Amino acid sequence: MKKLALILLVVVMSATLILSGCAQKPAQVTGDLAKDQTLKMDLGVSEPETLDPAMQQGVAEFNVATMMYEGLTRMDDKNQPYQGVAEKWTVSADLLTYTFNLRKNAKWTNGDPVTAKDFEWSWKRAIDPRTGSPYAYQMYYIKGAEAANTLDPKKDEAKIKPALDAVGIKVVDDYTLQVTLAAPASYWLGLTSFPTYFPVHRATVEKLGSDKWATEAANFVTNGPFKMTGWTHKSMITMEKNTKYWDAKDVVLKKITIALVDDSKTELTMWESGQTDFTEGYPAAEIDRLKKENKLTILPYLGTYYYSFNVKKAPFDNAKVRQAFSLAINRGDIVNKILKAGQIPALAFVPPGIPDATAGSDFRKTGGDFYKDNDLAAANKLLDDAGYKDRSKIPTIEILYNTNPNHKTIAEAIQEMWSKGLNIPKEKIKLNSQEWGVYLSSRTKTHDFQVARAGWIGDYVDPMTFLDMFMTDNGNNDPQYANKTYDDLLNAAKKTGDQKVRMDNMHKAEKILVDDMVIAPIYYYVHIVLQKPYVKSVAINTIGNTDFVHAWIAKH
Amino acid sequence: MARYILQRFFSALIALWVLITITFIMMHAVPGGPFATEKAVPEAILRNLEQKYGLDQPLPKQYIRYLGNVIRLDLGPSYKFKGQTVNDFIRREFPVSAEIGILSIILSLLVGIPAGVISAFRQNKWQDNAAMFVAIIGVSVPSFIVAPLLMYVLALKLHWLPAAMWGMTWKQAVMPVISLALLPLATFARLMRSSTLDVISQDYIKTARSKGLSELQVVWRHVMKNAIMPVVTYLGPLIAGILTGTFVIEQIFAIPGLGREYVWSVTNRDYTVLLGLTIFYGAFLLMMNLLVDIVYGFLDPRIQLTGHKE
Repeated sequence: MKKLALILLVVVMSATLILSGCAQKPAQVTGDLAKDQTLKMDLGVSEPETLDPAMQQGVAEFNVATMMYEGLTRMDDKNQPYQGVAEKWTVSADLLTYTFNLRKNAKWTNGDPVTAKDFEWSWKRAIDPRTGSPYAYQMYYIKGAEAANTLDPKKDEAKIKPALDAVGIKVVDDYTLQVTLAAPASYWLGLTSFPTYFPVHRATVEKLGSDKWATEAANFVTNGPFKMTGWTHKSMITMEKNTKYWDAKDVVLKKITIALVDDSKTELTMWESGQTDFTEGYPAAEIDRLKKENKLTILPYLGTYYYSFNVKKAPFDNAKVRQAFSLAINRGDIVNKILKAGQIPALAFVPPGIPDATAGSDFRKTGGDFYKDNDLAAANKLLDDAGYKDRSKIPTIEILYNTNPNHKTIAEAIQEMWSKGLNIPKEKIKLNSQEWGVYLSSRTKTHDFQVARAGWIGDYVDPMTFLDMFMTDNGNNDPQYANKTYDDLLNAAKKTGDQKVRMDNMHKAEKILVDDMVIAPIYYYVHIVLQKPYVKSVAINTIGNTDFVHAWIAKH
Repeated sequence: MARYILQRFFSALIALWVLITITFIMMHAVPGGPFATEKAVPEAILRNLEQKYGLDQPLPKQYIRYLGNVIRLDLGPSYKFKGQTVNDFIRREFPVSAEIGILSIILSLLVGIPAGVISAFRQNKWQDNAAMFVAIIGVSVPSFIVAPLLMYVLALKLHWLPAAMWGMTWKQAVMPVISLALLPLATFARLMRSSTLDVISQDYIKTARSKGLSELQVVWRHVMKNAIMPVVTYLGPLIAGILTGTFVIEQIFAIPGLGREYVWSVTNRDYTVLLGLTIFYGAFLLMMNLLVDIVYGFLDPRIQLTGHKE
């Protein structure tokens, strides 16, 4: 076995040497293999919403699609894209045109070659407004994609085809694909490893129907490292190694069983009783015990948990009040006494783990912290200055959160901190727990809240995925913040490919956001998984996507 | 008889129509929608989705179209699970829920009825006290406590049974069936005990005994047939309730049944699934009640099934 491991390692290393210039593929087997290379996991949902990659929008679905399909690139656990179907690529000097050379040995499970035409057709299918892809906006980086996708399928049906033809995706030949972007985006290459950018098998989709083809195991024609062999709906999905995959020699797992379970208590019991080897589900109440028993794998996660202040509702229409309430939160206590799993108190908005302009630097480190945690002296002074020296004059405040034990505990703690720290009578700070759908409507649609709990996980590895949320017209701007300087800085950053200018602008924008304290950042997330010690080389990146392509089971 | 059934059938149709209408109105009155997500989706994409599923139409139009589809027994597509229909869900998930339901009803009848009869005949003796003690626990401890408890002991500590999932081995059925059977079992035992006590004090039982029939014959021929009526009454709605799935058991044991589907359709705002399963559940309940009334007629000749008062 050790010999095989060594051979594999040599193969991997030599391959990366030839393909220098691109990110290195993760090394893999480093120990004895178990006889049974079956990975047993659960998905955390009772059923994937869809396994048509163009229609997906959730992480659980992405993770299954990443087993079954392969885009131009794959993403390693350091968020670096490396070669998938594309063998190499070049970028034009203006950073707008990408030319991809596809490998000639990439095949579909039925033996058809994977060509540039497959990518063109699949991407345009996702962009076509008639397809109704909920994640189509991930395609808006490509020139003309937004214009085509935002056409009204009822009123502008005739305009759709010409608009799609004008999208910047060009098939040079069967194995060369040229993509023109609307504006430079250094992180776009990484997006080609995302399901929205996966190729689908045209003949299958057309034969079975765009809405119907992806519902039964027997129908799938895919191009990834694993192929689906069974799908018992709402119960179990089984995958087997795809022997036609171009890099099948580097795929060690023979089989993956995916239990479709969404109850966190059940997920944990299945994992602890040996029914599964890998899960992300556990009840929050078990965290202390699991940590003590050393069962948690704690990974960095590009996300921030925060409270949104509605800047159009008193008293939070006053920046001083927002600052006071934010400074009066004791983030250290929330992280150490409630969450207890290595979360980091957030003293800014953009979480650590995003590279800055110069190589090896980190956006957060460069930007630094913006305020002191639990700064009660400053908070009280701000509230005095805001005209609330007499605390009884403060209007009643309501904290909105969705029904969940963790959010409730945090809201209760913050209620206590505000009441004690700012000397506000406790009955003036109320808690409002709403069911998920109702809460979403209050927070994002009707904006019927004063302070609302929220969380954000980056879509890609760049500060922009956090900062553009609060631009005046952004759909995620729940606080209804409007600041022209902020918008201008970010718009300029969006237009340039000069990383130094971009990062500089984004640092300035973040400072404005935090100075205005539109939101109160609370903590940076961590990603917690439970994996048995013999499960190796699962690539989990910091935006939560998990790739099992190089996973293996060690002898145990 | 035929006339009675026909009359009941038509009143059931009207009840169903009222059910659909009320559910439709209430469902759309709840904030949120099937395509709401935490990450804002551009307006144009939301419009594309709504057009695709006809949700851009005014509500009365959607309502009329829905009724038309229901008449053709087409309950529509799920908005959440792309490419799958409500009819698919019922076809796949009802048999699973029904299987667990039937097994637990059989278990609860097999244990509950004899336990009740024995209790009655040994009134206030230790057998009675023991059976009723267990029955009280069965009635008062909810399944969401029993199920995790069973799971903890039998799966996590003893490793006798798999913790969850369905349909791969018979072992997976043990815990869900026991958890589900406990409440009806206890109820049957209590109902049977009190009705048996009622019956054995009747004159005709004394007559039967004085005719020299053995105790077993008395129980079988005279007591059981008359004491079973309350059980039959309870059985109708119970079958409808238990066969269409129970959220708690299916959720805890990760069973692909209708009960879990029904509750999740509310959280997901999956309008068609919510409406479709409401109709299915309503129709099933009405049918079971009708069946119980017909069975009554056979068991008790004093009850007449007629379409009008005579």
